[in-house]
Amino acid sequence: MIKIENLHASIDGQPILKGINLEVKPGEVHAIMGPNGSGKSTLASVLAGREEYEITEGSVTFEGKDLLDLGAEDRAREGIFLAFQYPVEIPGVSNINFLKTAINEIRKYRGEEPIPAKDFLKLVKEKSALVELDNSLASRSVNEGFSGGEKKRNEIFQMAMLEPKLSILDETDSGLDIDALRIVANGVNKLKSADNASIVITHYQRLLDYIVPDFVHVLYNGKIIKSGPKELALELEEKGYDWLKKDQVIEA
Amino acid sequence: MSEIATMNVKEQFLSTFGVQDFHFDTEASKAARNEATKRIEGLEFPTSKTEYWKYTRINRIVKAEYKIAESTTTIDITPFLIEGMEKNVMVFVNGFYRADISTITSQEGVIACALSEAKEKHADLFNAYFSKYLPTDEIFANINTAFHQDGAFIHFAKKQKADQPIHILNLVEGDQIITNPRNLIIGEAFSEGKVVTSYHNLNGGKSFTNAVNECFAAENSYLEFNKLQEEDGTSFHIATDQVQQEKSGNFTINTFTFNGDIVRNNLNIAVAGENGYTSLNGFYLPKEKQLVDNHTRVDHLVPHCESHELYRGVIDDKATAVFNGKVMVHRDAQKTNAFQANNNVLLSDDATINSKPELEIYADDVKCSHGSTIGQLDEEAIFYLRARGLSEDSAIRLLLNAFAADVLEHVGIESFRQLIEEKIENGLKK
Ligand SMILES: Nc1ncnc2c1ncn2[C@@H]1O[C@H](COP(=O)(O)OP(=O)(O)OP(=O)(O)O)[C@@H](O)[C@H]1O
Ligand SMILES: [Mg+2]
Repeated sequence: MIKIENLHASIDGQPILKGINLEVKPGEVHAIMGPNGSGKSTLASVLAGREEYEITEGSVTFEGKDLLDLGAEDRAREGIFLAFQYPVEIPGVSNINFLKTAINEIRKYRGEEPIPAKDFLKLVKEKSALVELDNSLASRSVNEGFSGGEKKRNEIFQMAMLEPKLSILDETDSGLDIDALRIVANGVNKLKSADNASIVITHYQRLLDYIVPDFVHVLYNGKIIKSGPKELALELEEKGYDWLKKDQVIEA
Repeated sequence: MSEIATMNVKEQFLSTFGVQDFHFDTEASKAARNEATKRIEGLEFPTSKTEYWKYTRINRIVKAEYKIAESTTTIDITPFLIEGMEKNVMVFVNGFYRADISTITSQEGVIACALSEAKEKHADLFNAYFSKYLPTDEIFANINTAFHQDGAFIHFAKKQKADQPIHILNLVEGDQIITNPRNLIIGEAFSEGKVVTSYHNLNGGKSFTNAVNECFAAENSYLEFNKLQEEDGTSFHIATDQVQQEKSGNFTINTFTFNGDIVRNNLNIAVAGENGYTSLNGFYLPKEKQLVDNHTRVDHLVPHCESHELYRGVIDDKATAVFNGKVMVHRDAQKTNAFQANNNVLLSDDATINSKPELEIYADDVKCSHGSTIGQLDEEAIFYLRARGLSEDSAIRLLLNAFAADVLEHVGIESFRQLIEEKIENGLKK
């Protein structure tokens, strides 16, 4: 589905990603872990199309298309979804209204008719129930005055509404209480299919108890320094990252 | 020829009005014209040294040549109609009333007629209110008083609630046309009414509209006055809006400026009765090299009143916006609540805003605040929306609509509000 090869990205001349290689196939869940500042959010942003980053080397193909050639909106329309680590508040823009616009622009891109109002409302009802998002939150301004947990839930609600092929969840578990974590994870699991895939960025094994990954990768200093099965996450939880960092120095 | 050459700018400008015949005017109106003419003799056009006009150079306005031209052509007004307000449209073309294309549906307790008609038919009201509180030292307001052609006279009788809002439609047809439209709006005690006045060009041309709107809101009246300025990008517009508000009245004025080479609004509100509620709002969207200048002044003369002012603008290209909002809380105006805000979004590096909120407080027990902000659109928000599949264009529109929403909520005429929303959307090219 997505193939990232030797991806290098920098901001203001400062290299952040230093040669990422990663392939995700349909139906797979990949977890990315790694210490603070290692470049996880940067990778997510680069994939979503944030323009501040300069791609200095490498390539990303998404379903056979050169992803780096597309603007952020076209990537979303192709089926990439980023659940932000820090969702922005947008006062005055209603969640529902913007989602309707989003859905219709995506449909238009795919040569489809706008969604009938009735179907849209049905979708909102169904998907907000999935993540147990209060109806009033769905119609409020985007994230404005939402609690940390509500913002994260809203991200998953939007993901459910847009039905992406590849979802990238950037620390969607941070700031969630146990119940919310379960709800969000359940939501993600229910949306899982053989045709879509996800990249789950997290610091905690806890989330991976719910969303079971097929692969776990460790990102450190802009590179994936280790990949393994889901058990790797447990090992990391136990031992931290230091043992890997040491390896890294030796390798270098 | 040599005589013309020696004329100064003011004489040259005023000579345009020589063709007007006020022979048929009422005595009271003629007297008002004469007094204004006399005052004009002692006044000059403002220069860059005139503090009140500091940011708005009017040279190009007053040095241009204009003509006065009554129009009798067939005009299709449908593009300018506001949905749901078609039953009460008073049409003025080049400043002259066009009864033939106007529609007035009679409403109990509402007078809506041409000012020229009111001068005779409602002489008592005209004589009592016309030009009553207008600033005597401002040359443009005086020029309007001296040379106004016509305008709307709207009167909401005591305890009458007008169900249908009234649309005053001002059209300019032709090139280099000058108009002095003059509206007089009176809300008697416990009355309720809503008015929209809009300004448009029919076909291009550097025209100049020098408007005066006088509003009187008697005790416990509820009056809403909306202005829509969307003349051609080559036209000039100077407006003086004079409001007198009495006890327990509720008065709202909303000013929307979409177009115009130079647009200047002088809004003066005297809150003269206790327990009044005043709301003054504006939204402006200048582009290219346009200039929009809103000078507002609220005088709190008595205690226990509340005023809320919110002006917002989106400034594009090389356009300039000026906001100068003065709130004067006079010595007797204890327990005043006065709030003022001006927020601006600059869409280009060459756009300019001069924002100057001014608060002068001479009473000690008041609650007042003011503030102004200048910013760009939130890039993070734009990226967020794009990451959900919205084009950059749609994302910007959504953000700007949200920005305008707080102003638009003060419009009590639903269809007019929607119209403005659309105009804001369309006004954002890109
Ligand atoms: N816009 C930016 N300007 C400057 N430096 C940046 C910018 N964005 C990211 N960085 C730097 O890039 C590095 C990687 O940041 P990133 O946010 O990708 O880390 P992360 O792995 O997501 O960390 P965390 O676990 O704390 O979320 C950090 O050192 C950060 O300071
Ligand atoms: Mg991060």
